[in-house]
Amino acid sequence: MSDTFFSGAPHWRWLIILYFFVGGLAGGACFLAALLDWFGRPEDRPVVRTGYYVAAWGAIISGLLLTIDLGRPLRFWHMLFQSANLPALMFKGWSPISFGAWAILLFGLFSVLSALGAMAEEGRLQTPAFHLLHRGALAKLVVAVAGLLGFFVAGYTGILLSVTNRPIWADSPWLGALFVASGASTGAAALMLLAPGRGATPRSLEWLSSFDSNALVVELLVLVVFLVSLGSVNRVWVSVWGLLLLVGVVGFGILVPLGLHLKPARFGSLATRPVVNAAKLVLLGGFLLRLATILASEGIDRYRVAVGM
Amino acid sequence: MPEAMGFFTDTTVCIGCKACEVACKEWNQLPAENGGIRELSGDSYDNTRRLDGIHWRHVRFIEQFSGPYNGRWLMMSDVCKHCVQAGCIEVCPTGAIIRTEFDTVVIQSDVCNGCRACISACPFGVIDINAVAGTAQKCTLCYDRLKVGLEPACAKACPTDSIQFGPITELRARAQKRKDQLRAQGVEAQLYGADPQGPLGGLNSFYLLVDEPEVYGLPRNPKLPSRNLKQSTSFSVASAAVLGVLALVGLRKRRMDEQPPSLS
Repeated sequence: MSDTFFSGAPHWRWLIILYFFVGGLAGGACFLAALLDWFGRPEDRPVVRTGYYVAAWGAIISGLLLTIDLGRPLRFWHMLFQSANLPALMFKGWSPISFGAWAILLFGLFSVLSALGAMAEEGRLQTPAFHLLHRGALAKLVVAVAGLLGFFVAGYTGILLSVTNRPIWADSPWLGALFVASGASTGAAALMLLAPGRGATPRSLEWLSSFDSNALVVELLVLVVFLVSLGSVNRVWVSVWGLLLLVGVVGFGILVPLGLHLKPARFGSLATRPVVNAAKLVLLGGFLLRLATILASEGIDRYRVAVGM
Repeated sequence: MPEAMGFFTDTTVCIGCKACEVACKEWNQLPAENGGIRELSGDSYDNTRRLDGIHWRHVRFIEQFSGPYNGRWLMMSDVCKHCVQAGCIEVCPTGAIIRTEFDTVVIQSDVCNGCRACISACPFGVIDINAVAGTAQKCTLCYDRLKVGLEPACAKACPTDSIQFGPITELRARAQKRKDQLRAQGVEAQLYGADPQGPLGGLNSFYLLVDEPEVYGLPRNPKLPSRNLKQSTSFSVASAAVLGVLALVGLRKRRMDEQPPSLS
């Protein structure tokens, strides 16, 4: 038996599951938007701007979810400053939850700046200072930092789970890689759903659909490697969470949308709007991945393990 | 600086009286569970069941019975191990968990914000949230009593000296002697956490056991949570790099497709 079965569950439930999903989605969307901002074409601008809006709202919601989940929410700033030694900063480079708190803060800052730039570009902000955020070197720098931080936020949550002593989470070093891939696919899915309403061109959506297919393949491969690396711990999946992982994540969250991207004609009524339906299923799969991964471990009770139940 | 202090728990003389649990609760003013209405475990005489934010001591009852007259009881007063290399200190993002001058590990309740990272980092399942305080809590090895030269409440209350308190070096010598004595009598005794070269640099609360550690709900080879950090980060960066390259290749392909075919 893995030594991880003797640890206690941290009661990371719905707020944290939602945060992992929203943070991953926002991070992935921001990364793709920044990439299109740097290397895309003018016709991609609607997708770019949508990406920054998704990132900014996602970062704000993520911060709120994390704060509400704390046992003492008003002490959220203790993660950023040493409460007994102000204004000294609180930072541990070896603790994912510590550098993650800073990453969320900085991601929020840079994604909001990027979103303000997008608003200025759309003419919704007239102040000249905001135009610096969508034109020129400063704007490029801001969105590059936001994009990199976005991918970091998408992936560090998996690293955070691995750097524990809990079953499943600490039994494999692949969760971070899995969450990065899932963040990328859900980020692309969010853009595929939202960008058409903001004027995205078919060519931009085609690129997003193509990238989403690639991200889903990477996600599937990493998921297989993750499960193989768990070894004997895999017996925990003989539960409702295993069914959810197999049917909800692998089936409906990865294989069906992959099929819709590649061969939509085979999917009957789903093929009427293949991109939209694929995007919705990818979002569902991304959420279920985090749900199954977290709750499968949360459900393992040290007391029951010790008495052999 | 005072020397390292800790507990040596000799499980062979524990009688399961729970005086340590009561003394701990009383001294540390820990609240009752479920408003004082006890919910029975239903599968054991052990109704405390686990260490958590309001049970900093737990007398574990291990009932090894294969029939009504065939078996034995094992009892162990469990507590925070005050690891020399502590996973909880490692991950705590607020600096609330500190190492004291007695080499013990203490959570400062006024600094903790209840993020619960320490709960999942502890390989022994010692820490949990105290719902009244909203913060993570566990045994402090009676830091307040140690500061004024008193021994911890549990060790003071233990009627059989199953829980022994003192300087770690002295306790290790005493534990070794006791183990040798039991082995000479044919008892399969072993020390858990007494070796400073062992897992986590040794435990400042260590045990004498007469069965395998897992039987007592203890991991055989407890590890620090950071063992996965480098590898997990490397794989995540690799995954991000692969996705970034795939995205750029896609953009390049799109650009190439847009270019008119050359005349040659």
